[in-house]
Parts: sequence; structure tokens; C-alpha cells
Amino acid sequence: MKYLDEYRNGDIAAKIVAEMRRVQTRPWVLMEVCGGQTHSIVKNGLDHLLPEGVELVHGPGCPVCVTPLEMIDKAHAIARSPDVIFCSFGDMLRVPGSDGDLFSIKSMGGDVRIVYSPLDCLKIARANPENQVVFFAIGFETTAPANAMLAWRAREEKVTNLSLLVSHVLVPPALEAILSAPNNRVQGFLGPGHVCAVMGYNEYEPISSRYHVPIVITGFEPIDILEGTLMTIKQLEQGRATVENQYSRILDRRGNLPAQQLIAKVFEVGDRKWRGIGSIPMSGYHLRDEFLRYDAEKIFDVAEIATQEPKICISGEILRGLRKPHDCPAFGTLCNPQHPLGATMVSAEGACAAYYAYGRHLNPPGGDNLHQIAAGPSEREAAVQSPEERVYSHANR
Amino acid sequence: MCLAIPGKVVDTYDQRGLRMAKVEFGGIVREACLEYVPETQIGEYVLVHVGFAISRIDEAEAERTYQALKELDQLTELESPTVEEMAETGEPASPAWRNGGGLRE
Amino acid sequence: MPTVEDDWTKDEKIGAESLTPFGSCPIPIFDHKRILLGHGSGGKLTADLIDKIFLPSFRNSALEKRDDQAVVTIGKARLAFTTDSFVVTPIFFPGGDIGRLAIHGTVNDLAMSGARPLYLSAAFILEEGLAIEDLRRVVESMRAAAAEASVQLVTGDTKVVNRGKGDQIFITTTGIGVIDDNINISADRARPGDKIILSGYIGDHGMTIMSQREGLEFESAIESDCAALHGLVAVMIATRSSANDFIHTLRDPTRGGVATTLNEIAKHANVGMVVDERKIPVRESVKGACEVLGLDPLYVANEGKLLALIAPEMAGDVLAQMRGHRLGRDAAIIGEVVESHPGMVLMKTEIGGTRVLDVMFGEQLPRIC
Repeated sequence: MKYLDEYRNGDIAAKIVAEMRRVQTRPWVLMEVCGGQTHSIVKNGLDHLLPEGVELVHGPGCPVCVTPLEMIDKAHAIARSPDVIFCSFGDMLRVPGSDGDLFSIKSMGGDVRIVYSPLDCLKIARANPENQVVFFAIGFETTAPANAMLAWRAREEKVTNLSLLVSHVLVPPALEAILSAPNNRVQGFLGPGHVCAVMGYNEYEPISSRYHVPIVITGFEPIDILEGTLMTIKQLEQGRATVENQYSRILDRRGNLPAQQLIAKVFEVGDRKWRGIGSIPMSGYHLRDEFLRYDAEKIFDVAEIATQEPKICISGEILRGLRKPHDCPAFGTLCNPQHPLGATMVSAEGACAAYYAYGRHLNPPGGDNLHQIAAGPSEREAAVQSPEERVYSHANR
Repeated sequence: MCLAIPGKVVDTYDQRGLRMAKVEFGGIVREACLEYVPETQIGEYVLVHVGFAISRIDEAEAERTYQALKELDQLTELESPTVEEMAETGEPASPAWRNGGGLRE
Repeated sequence: MPTVEDDWTKDEKIGAESLTPFGSCPIPIFDHKRILLGHGSGGKLTADLIDKIFLPSFRNSALEKRDDQAVVTIGKARLAFTTDSFVVTPIFFPGGDIGRLAIHGTVNDLAMSGARPLYLSAAFILEEGLAIEDLRRVVESMRAAAAEASVQLVTGDTKVVNRGKGDQIFITTTGIGVIDDNINISADRARPGDKIILSGYIGDHGMTIMSQREGLEFESAIESDCAALHGLVAVMIATRSSANDFIHTLRDPTRGGVATTLNEIAKHANVGMVVDERKIPVRESVKGACEVLGLDPLYVANEGKLLALIAPEMAGDVLAQMRGHRLGRDAAIIGEVVESHPGMVLMKTEIGGTRVLDVMFGEQLPRIC
């Protein structure tokens, strides 16, 4: 596949790593912001290709991971309501709330549907005029243009049985929160490539200069991530701190203006709570007043539910790059993708989930729980849904 | 986050007033909304996220930067951009292997 | 400038508490009280159901082997005996239909023990309102598939349920085959050094079904690879006419895909495995569909493929035999069984790294992240 395959070339990867070794003179701690980048790093085994002394810590760029428990519970409450068709991206289906997940709600008769594009919800709303269609509009800025278009079109077409439950988060405030923390270790960032394809990267310039950190806007394929890492290391070695664009075949400094315009018409910036981190001011999107009638939080009576994360979970520190999954005593044993305790194990993109799936064969620091992990998950685990809607069973498997 | 995949536009049309396209990804074809990159022509490549094209791929830039990576081991010395260079363009200068024009704005 | 409020100190305390040994915190366990769709996916939930509900009631040595078929001895004959249900939707799809799937799926379960499939039964649960023409098409397809596989459908049953209580057609089959004396193929024969052979392109069937699924449709030339594999198995066995114990294990990677199946064998036999991503054949179109939806072909179902663990000195010859057969043209050695990391499957990635290939990683649901 063009523009994909060539960015998985092992020979070029080796060249980039060789160049890293050539320029690197001391240890550096970098953070890749996006969950998709984390996924790519661990899936391709990239972090173990890097020279000693280049450490990648994983950032909070996973909207599934950072969606607060209260919002998940609201989603579940709405999905349980009679006559509601609850539509969501696949990622959110297995996220546990205080009581079950969307799959278990489906098993008890809830009409829960996976959509690939938010526009599918319009089709569903038109086809089911007797039902209330609610769309779980999560994501970072990358998904905002699509979610905005849904709200915009619903209003244009005067659709009356559709609403959105919005839980959008923004990257720059999260970076600031990480950088302003007293025990921050991160010295450079691989910036969010697809977020910046939409928003451009001018918002990162003041952050880069205020904290004197290089931010290299990076893509998602292995070659992109390696090149972005190389560019960041070079800046650090040269004592520079600017915003650079590794992903230049996709984006430029201004981003996508039509997308930004529609986002501004539909959403406004407001405070948002981040699971595992806490409330960050002006860090998310809310629907504007003109779209009140499409705001599921206002339409449905969903009261705030007080929630408590399990005490043992160190997601917050992992999301801020302070600790690694292997540092957690519950990692791989009590806490695993089928029975997640916290944000970073909940989502396929979370650092803990990625490490569990891809990286747990490698010796963790001081890791004598390696054998425990290798022995496999405990009895009480849940399987995951396979792609087929209806599956045929082999009774003896 | 942000699973977005490059694909080739093989058809464009209007649907209920929205600009749409058929996009080919390695042999399969899916519909995508082109409203955010309306000037896209058939044959061009776009980046698609949840059924929306959010960017067009700059093929010349892709070619240039990839070629530079292939030649990475042939560079014998690295040039750091000077402070003057950075001040002049107002843009962060690119590393040596991305040197020269064609840097997307 | 935004800062994180309040929760900093709380998080620091959490950090401190995580150093205390776990088991001291009452953490709610996520128990299932009802059957979920995931219980039928062939992965960990299914295994859980078998462990908790079925095995305790039906305990016997054949069942506990948990193969796709049971090997039972009646007099001097060793028989392979299997059962399967088919509930796929849509019932007609590019490359096949529920009937063809039913016949081939059962034949394959028998073939994976090295048995010659002989007789099948089929029980139909039909939904009130099903078009008789559709039933005729399915049955005709089964006739053709049975003829292809040289098996006879010798007995059957039909029931009808009220409209809304059954998704058009459900088919349950049983199959019987005979295992020749000198054949001994099962997961526990896997040995370090064995080569792992995959018979061809992966992901075709699962992505075909996905392409028909509402909201995820895409146009493609992908077709289900639904096929009966006993002929391919026969030519593999015939690689050497005597001492044909070089085929250690056979499995067809259906639900859960190649990754799940390799893990099952690895855990059962307590061996490790290493595979090479670059050697695994995937069609461009399947790859494209998987990329778009965020799926991994290694976890997508196949209906006409097999994995074989072969003694290393015979692997080259077996591969040549396979490539001479219609269903094995694209066969490839994709890895080998190793002594280290028993129970775990590792993969060397395209880019040169290594990763764990787990049982059905995370959500094999279309994702945006």
C-alpha cells in the first residue's frame, strides 16, 4: 500500500538508528504523545531498536484512556434507556464503567451499535424515526471535524431524534500539564501527527519556547517515529528547542482551515476532567449553545456519579510519563486487558495494554514477575469480540 | 490515537450537498467525506480518519523526504541551522537531510 | 497557563500506596452473569465458559484434550468425531454461504487429526419466514461441498422456530472420520525445532464477512477462502510413504486467526514459538481493509487454511508437496517452535523488532485510535 509500506522498511530503519547512535552523546527522555504512536512503537518493537540512553515514555494521547469514569457511566446510563440506539466507535465498547460495559448492556437488550463514521448516525436516525439516536463523540482534535460535521448536518437537515454525548479533549493543555509538573522527566516530544493535520502546529510553538523543549510533529509508521526521534535527539544534542515537522507529507503549520472553521462553529473550548490526571482547565470541547438540542448530556437525565479508581492503579503516573507499566505490581497479573484496573490498560492504545500485548516478553527492570506474566492471564478472563457480527461456535474449543 | 490511513481518490461526487469520494486502500474501496479537502482531484492521495479525508498527501514532499532518508548514511557532516537562518525564515530550519526547498510551509 | 489542580497530591499518595502488596485492596471482579457475544468468539471468554460450565459436567479424557475433534477408539478402529454449529450472518457471502461453511468446517475439524472424513449429519433450525428458495440454495451448496469433500450426509433433522427467534438459518453438524494406524497428529506432539507452515493467504474469510457488515461495508474483490482441507492433508501425509510421523500438529486457524491458534498449540504443548512477519502471506486487499478498520490480519478468521508443525528435516519436502496442491500454492514456512519462553509466541516484525503475539489482542473491533 502506497505511503504505508515504504514506511515499514527495515533497511531505512537501520540507517536512522545508526544515525541516532552517531549523534547521541548522552541519555535523553522523550515522550510520544499519541496512543497510536505508542501502539506503533510497541507493536513494531521500536523502543528496543533505539540506542541505549534514548528512552521513550508514553504520553496521555489516548482518548479512550482519558475519558473520565463519570462520562463512561453517563454513556452507559443513556445506552440503557429504552428506545435509545447508542452508537459508538469500536474502541469504547469494552471500557468498563462502574457497572458493566456497553457489551453487557447490549446483552441485556440495549441497542448498541458500532459505527465507523459519525455520519452513519444520520442514516440510523433517518431509518429509525421512533428512536433516539445518541452518538458517543469522543476523541482528540483529529476526530473533532468528523464529530462537528455530524452535529452540523443534523441541524441542517433538521434531524430531531439525534444527539451527541461529547467528551473531546485537547493535546496542548495536556502537554503543559505534563511539563509544569514538578517531577517531569520529559525533555522532548514526538508531537501528535494527526491532531496537527487538523489543527496545525502553531499552538506548540509557545509551549516549546516557554519550557525550552523540542517538539517534533511526528507520524505513526515506524519510519516516521524513528525519524521524529532522530530529529528530536539532534535538537537536544544541539541545545535547540523548536517545533519541527517530520510529517511534512501530510501537514503544514496552519493545518486544515475548513476543518478548524467548522470545529469553531460547533464546539467551544472548556474545562475537562482527564481520567488518571484530573481536571485540566480549557482542555476540551463542548457543544456550543446553538447546538443545545443536540447535546445528549442536556437531553438525558444523567446525574453525576461519584467514582473512585482502584487505589493500586498508577495510570496517572504512567500517563504523565513518570512510571512504566512494569513498575506497577498489578501489571499483567491482577490488571490486564481483560480485567483492567485503570485508564492505561482499558484501551488498546494505552501504554499498559500495549506493553501487555506486545512487550511483556522483555525483561522489565528488576522484573522477576516475568514468569508470572509469561504464564499467562488468570482464569477469570474475558475474551474479546471477534470481527464477525455473528460467530459460529466450535463446541470443543 | 487517530488511526488515519492514506488512500487514493478514485471517484468524487455530491451526496445530499456534501462532497464525497470513493477512496481506494490497497485494493478495497470505501466512501469518505471530502468536505475538508474539497479541491482534491481523482488520482490524488488523501489521509482518511473515521470516514473523513483530513489532509491531502503532498507527493513531491513525500518523495523528497523519503529519498533523503535513503541517503542518510551518505551524509558525512551535519549542518546545524544558524540562528540567522532561523530568524530570516521565521520557520524552524530542517535538519541537514531535509535541506533545501520544498519544505512545506 | 493551565495547571493540574488538586489531584496532584492525591496521585502522589496513590503512587505511594501502590507499593503495598496487592490483595489488601478489595477490587471488584468483573464477573459475567449473562452470555455475551464474546463467549462465542473462540477466545478467552469461550475457554472460560468451557472451564466453568461444560467441563465440570461432562468430564472425560477425550473432552479434556480440548482438540477440535475427539479421537475415540471403537474396537480396532480409531475414529475422529466432531460437532459444530454455524450461525454466520449474512447467510450468503462472496466465496460461500452458511451451508458450504458447515460442510467444510466439519470436514476440516476431522482432517486436522489426520482422519479421512466419511460421514456427516446436519440439523437445521429454520426461522419462520425464511424463503424456501434460500433454503434450496443453501442445501444445494451443501450437496456440492459434500461431493467435493467425498463425504456423505447420512442423517439430518429440521426444526422451525418463531419469527425473530432464529437468524434465518442455524446449522449444526457432526462428522465422523477414520484415522489410519500410523497417523498420530495432535497438539501435544509439537517439539522445539519443528517448522511452522502456513498453507496460504490469511484473513480472507473474516474480512469478507466484515465487508458485508452494516456501516463497515467496503467494495472489494475479497472472497471467503472456505474450502475442505483433507485433500491437502492427504498429500502432506504422502510426502513420505513410510514413517509418516513427521507431521506433528495440524490446526485450522478459524476464529481468532493464526495468532490465537498458534498460542493454543504453544500453551497446550508448553513450547515457545517464533514467527517472521515478513513470511506471512496477506493479500493487498485484506491488508487494506484491516488497515482502514484498525484490525490485525493475524487475528482474523480463515476457513480454508491450515497451520502445520513439521519435523524440521521434512519441512522442505512437505512444503513442496503443499505447493503442488490447489489449496497450498502459497504455502510458506513462517516460523519455528523453540524451547525458550514456553507458552509464548513471539514475532519478528517487518521493521526488525520483536513483539509478543498474544491471544486475540485487545479489541478486534474497528477502532479510531
